[in-house]
Amino acid sequence: MTNKKFTPIIGMEIHVELATKSKMFCQCPATHFQVPANTHVCPVCLGLPGALPVPNRQAIEDTIKIGLALGCRINLHSKFDRKHYFYPDLPKGYQISQYDQPLCEGGEVILESGKAIRITRVHLEEDTGKLQHDKSEKTSLVDFNRSSVPLVEIVTEPDLSSAEEAKEFLKLLHSTVRFLGVSEANMEKGSMRLEANISLSPDGNLPPYKVEVKNVNSFRYIAAAIDYELKRHQPIIEAGDWPKQETRGYNSVTKKTVSQRSKEEAKDYRYFPEPDIPPLVFEQSYIDSLQNSLPLLPHIVINTLTAAGVRHAFALQVSKDKDLSHFALELLAAKPDLVDKLIGLILNRKLSWQHKSVASLINEYQSSQQSTKLDESATLHLIKVVLDENPDTVALFKKGKTTAIEFLVGQVMKAAKGQADPNLTRTLLQKQLK
Amino acid sequence: MTTPKSITEFHFLLTSKKATLPELISHFIANSKTQHDRLNLYITTTFDQALEKAKTLQQQLDSDPDIITKLPLFGIPIAYKDLFLTKGIRTTAGAKLLDSFIPPYSATVVDKLEAAGAISLGKLNLDAWAHGASGENSDYGPTRNPHGTDYTPGGSSSASAAAVASGCVLVSTGTDTGGSIRLPANFCGIVGLKPTYGRVSRYGIIAMSSSLDSVGHFTNNVSDSATVLSVTSGADPHDANTSGSKTFQSSPEFLNLKDITLGIPREYIYPVTNSEVKDNFADTVSLLKKAGANIVELSLPHTEAAIAVYYILQPAEVSSNLARFDGIRFGRNRSHFSPEAVRRQLIGTFTLSSGYYDAYYKTAQKVRTLIKQEFDAVFSKVDALITPVSPTPPFKIGEKVNDPVAMYLSDVFTVTANIAGISGLAIPTGKTADGLPLGIQLLGPRFGEETIYPIASQLEQLLHD
Repeated sequence: MTNKKFTPIIGMEIHVELATKSKMFCQCPATHFQVPANTHVCPVCLGLPGALPVPNRQAIEDTIKIGLALGCRINLHSKFDRKHYFYPDLPKGYQISQYDQPLCEGGEVILESGKAIRITRVHLEEDTGKLQHDKSEKTSLVDFNRSSVPLVEIVTEPDLSSAEEAKEFLKLLHSTVRFLGVSEANMEKGSMRLEANISLSPDGNLPPYKVEVKNVNSFRYIAAAIDYELKRHQPIIEAGDWPKQETRGYNSVTKKTVSQRSKEEAKDYRYFPEPDIPPLVFEQSYIDSLQNSLPLLPHIVINTLTAAGVRHAFALQVSKDKDLSHFALELLAAKPDLVDKLIGLILNRKLSWQHKSVASLINEYQSSQQSTKLDESATLHLIKVVLDENPDTVALFKKGKTTAIEFLVGQVMKAAKGQADPNLTRTLLQKQLK
Repeated sequence: MTTPKSITEFHFLLTSKKATLPELISHFIANSKTQHDRLNLYITTTFDQALEKAKTLQQQLDSDPDIITKLPLFGIPIAYKDLFLTKGIRTTAGAKLLDSFIPPYSATVVDKLEAAGAISLGKLNLDAWAHGASGENSDYGPTRNPHGTDYTPGGSSSASAAAVASGCVLVSTGTDTGGSIRLPANFCGIVGLKPTYGRVSRYGIIAMSSSLDSVGHFTNNVSDSATVLSVTSGADPHDANTSGSKTFQSSPEFLNLKDITLGIPREYIYPVTNSEVKDNFADTVSLLKKAGANIVELSLPHTEAAIAVYYILQPAEVSSNLARFDGIRFGRNRSHFSPEAVRRQLIGTFTLSSGYYDAYYKTAQKVRTLIKQEFDAVFSKVDALITPVSPTPPFKIGEKVNDPVAMYLSDVFTVTANIAGISGLAIPTGKTADGLPLGIQLLGPRFGEETIYPIASQLEQLLHD
């Protein structure tokens, strides 16, 4: 925002579908992407009479891991609750979710600026089925393959103040979930879904409205949606009014948000404890063992690398790739003085690291350094010899066949027995040929 | 043929070759047809399938006489309260909304009973969705009491009790959410078990109130009841609340009543004004006393609050459990709910609404905890409690139907067991001058079936002598 007196107040809700083998409360396979409709279903996830939910142990464990990775405290006493609303894709008339005793509460994610984005809670629930509308037939069909797939909801405090911060936060969260290996976190497939609650404050205090932008499937779009909303709100507030409290969707073609439903009155979900599932009780030793088994996490990678002098942009880039992160930390251990340089070369694709040991990469780098022995004047000398020996190629180049220069670079390298710097050679050749 | 009255008698007829299984099943089918015309018992019958299974089992018996010792319910005619899902066989919950619902799977208990050799004759009438204490809320018409057809058989498992009492089957299943097994067992003069919550799987049984529903059964005697529990009980991977359940094993050991202390809670005695109920209860207690049992009077002061707690928690859970009957995947649409189901959904929706949740549901849960603690404290002093099942003998059809609150109060002595999740067994102990059944209930601690069955057996013997 250009106008300094306005403060954006943004909170996020992120849904992450877990990659467990079976669904949250039954034994059906949890896969549903491009699966023939209603083939991964049973009495439980179809909400048939008499069916009862039995919670998936792995999903509970994965949720706790997400909570621990985000620095949350884990509630040793937790439970599931029923959240009631009617929709045709919700077969029981209620969603089994968590209300007042979520598995995880009170974590934080630190941005590059040092700002902490507080995590309110991380809880576990079940996904809904999917509706398919056929306008020509005037029918709607329901596919229950996704019904009861485990879904983790991560909720932040309204600590974000810009679209950029939101994007940075989300990217960090995304790689954290991927590092944990608990979800594909694939936005196109819908296994990670983003919602932003956006308000614009004229005085720094929380204003009496928020606009929810739902079901956005890329970081770029959520940032665009936030910017669009903030620009939309400002003139309304300046005119002495408040934007309507509502839910909006983002249209990536028009690059605009559109109103979906008014949310002026809070919905009454009539939560109460799920009587079909006994309360969850955990031993601290179990939580400790999960904490100790956490894999390398992006924020650790970033912190460790930046503390060793690696540029933050490099560290951030590295932290998006789990294998590269491990490689970078090994590199740091082996060659702390060169780590920033080497990571820079890797990220700019000057050095390839895949399928290599740290030692061989360092060797390769060092020998490439040693090999560029010829200085500018020695190189220039060789260039002149090569140009004299290849008048035809020079003529070709001058006629416009610019690729001919590569042949000449090769000839110089050959004459130098590999001791010339190809980049320097190319630059000097270009000057000579002008 | 005289109708065998127990599993032992039934098996004796088979092993002594006095009757074949198809003959016995045909006999029970004939009884069922006659009694159904008189009492309105069945919503759906499966007589043909029953005869087929009888033939198959008879062949197995002919080639392997030991099969009868391996299958505790070998050939036993049974019928299910129509709340129990039966694969491929219509299951209605007594509600026209589900008139054409054919389930694609069976309840765990149905599978267990049939694997143990039981032969089902069909699905039994009940108050729609198990909402009621008289059977009069059924969308398929009321069931009548075999001891007097002007009277209700009690509910909600109304035809389950009437079918056993009228010799149509030897065993029937029921559910007890606030007394729906013990009250009809009492009104029909047979034995009815409400097991400990979580002892028997609820999977595949249409839920009324999930934290209160207990899955039990009706039989003519205590021994048969224990045999059936040994089949139905135990942990079921499909019901998370049964994880602590052990399979019941009836102990052949003789119990000396001198080693037993029975408590009589005063809150279950003072409100009884009916003299026949009062006198029969006093007679039963003195019989036990004479046989050496230690009887102590005690107090459960939160009993009075139990009905209030029940009528907050139960409709709340009902409103949630009936939400799935939206007519989208099965059944008719919601306009087919009968008035009692609508009433309970409205009450439950109200008490769960924001702004009311704390005053109603949350407060009721707190009182529920107090009631549980009260029972825990009492069971550290006594082995079991003995109380009347109902403050009155069976009432007439139509007597309370226009007064829902009076109907709700029929459960005043039974709901506490559901709120506390403890075990309860209703046993017939006599009759009124008009020939209507009277009885008591034994209440045991959670997973206390091993204690109450031997006491019940002794009492049954004393009454017989």
